[in-house]
Amino acid sequence: MSDIFVSELSKTYGGASPVQALDNIDLQVNTGEFVALLGPSGCGKSTLLNLIAGFETPSSGTLTVGSQPVTAPGPSRGVVFQEAALFPWLNVWENVVFGPKIAGQSKGDYVERAEDMLNITGLSAFKNHLPVQLSGGMRQRVGIARVLTLGSRVLLMDEPFGALDAQTRLTMQELLLSVWQQLRTTVVFVTHDIDEAILLADTIYVMSARPGRIATRIPVPIERPRSLDLITSELFNGLKRDIMQQMRH
Amino acid sequence: MSNSSAQISAPATARQDGRRFNDAVKRTALALLVPVLVLICWQVVGQSAQFSGAVPTPGRVASAWYDWIFADAGMGLNPYLGTWASNVQYSTLRVIQGFSLAMLIGIPLGLAIGWSRLASLTLDPMVQGLRPIPITAWLPFSIALFGIRDMGSIFLIFLGGFYAIVVNTTQGARDIDRNLVRAASMMGASSSQLLRRVVLPAAMPSIFTGLRIGLGISWTAVIVSEMVAVKSGLGYVLWDAYYVGRMDIVLADMASIGLMGFISDRLIVMIEHKILVWRILQNH
Repeated sequence: MSDIFVSELSKTYGGASPVQALDNIDLQVNTGEFVALLGPSGCGKSTLLNLIAGFETPSSGTLTVGSQPVTAPGPSRGVVFQEAALFPWLNVWENVVFGPKIAGQSKGDYVERAEDMLNITGLSAFKNHLPVQLSGGMRQRVGIARVLTLGSRVLLMDEPFGALDAQTRLTMQELLLSVWQQLRTTVVFVTHDIDEAILLADTIYVMSARPGRIATRIPVPIERPRSLDLITSELFNGLKRDIMQQMRH
Repeated sequence: MSNSSAQISAPATARQDGRRFNDAVKRTALALLVPVLVLICWQVVGQSAQFSGAVPTPGRVASAWYDWIFADAGMGLNPYLGTWASNVQYSTLRVIQGFSLAMLIGIPLGLAIGWSRLASLTLDPMVQGLRPIPITAWLPFSIALFGIRDMGSIFLIFLGGFYAIVVNTTQGARDIDRNLVRAASMMGASSSQLLRRVVLPAAMPSIFTGLRIGLGISWTAVIVSEMVAVKSGLGYVLWDAYYVGRMDIVLADMASIGLMGFISDRLIVMIEHKILVWRILQNH
């Protein structure tokens, strides 16, 4: 069963010189599938994510999530932003329970879940910290705990580790692997990092630029649970070679 | 182990405190140096034969101020004995009323203009169109409308604070990080929740800037309006004392106005530091 269904989707930005950001995109993401959108900057991968999130509206085509047409942003599609986008005036706990709280849920309904999500993201000791008191990696953990607490059907991640240093990025990838292993949510993960896409995803969609199109769909036949050791394996390097070749075309 | 480290760190912090104290003393001394020199020159020149009488010496101002504050009002025939507190109270009360009104209307209006395109198109041109009219130019209109009564003064104070608050709040609401709005709507925030829980707190630093500027203008407005529109308060005394030739009271009054402006500004800064801890941490 497909969770996200995209068909003949196009997006053109109007103005004096219109820019076609996405051209005729077809994409289906199954429930519990981890999909990576891989491509150079300007290929429209973030635009596609914004359309699925409901931040922008398509120019033409069909877009449904859980067989509902997407018309506006909403808690069914949790978004993790590149710069975390936490509310700087709220502490970690208040940021994480923002969604359930404004939805009018009673404390009993979300406290336990929020505690669990802080626990699996390693944030339990930082509940009272303000975002400004945390490192970039820690802030991104809060961004992840926040959408997990929201209980979204689909997680949309827009280069969430792109701004982190190499060391922290590896730690965060490992964290995401273990979190996903436990929760098995549907994920669309935007990245320009080939290693990251192979390590995390079940399926990689390679995109090309101007106009943004899906060039190829590459399944990643690597068993789960996965670990960081993978990156040096023969299978991994073979896949990487294939993808690099396709991206050059 | 922990004992010895405590013993080591204790003198270190004491030394640090000592250094900080010395720094503060030095800074205060430097800050006072020029004003004290000016006062001494003024006293010396003022006492000399040529200038005596034209401008009161600091000594005379201080003693007039003292009497104005502490002397027994007696039969109430001398308006400059013991009436300081009540005049300060009149002016302060007017500022509090006018400025509260400015906040009550200015902050929501600024948020609306900064956040909603419709509000921006319909309300902003009027605010920007009226803003270049100096508040002093409103004085005759205000007296005609409200008479020689408190409301005339409060209206001017309101106007003085209002523009600074509206303009800065608008800016704060416009400058909001787009991703914060996206994050909130992704979590299901309605537009009223967005406004209250995201736009308002995000605009808070700009709002406080507006409050500080606006309060300064409000103090200008209270003095100007009291000179003309009412018969009490520091502005009224200022003009009245000038008419009867009490320059010592004029100067004491000026110093009082400055003092009140300074205290009220510090008050806002104190509240700002309480509310905007996140912002202060961000800037360090």
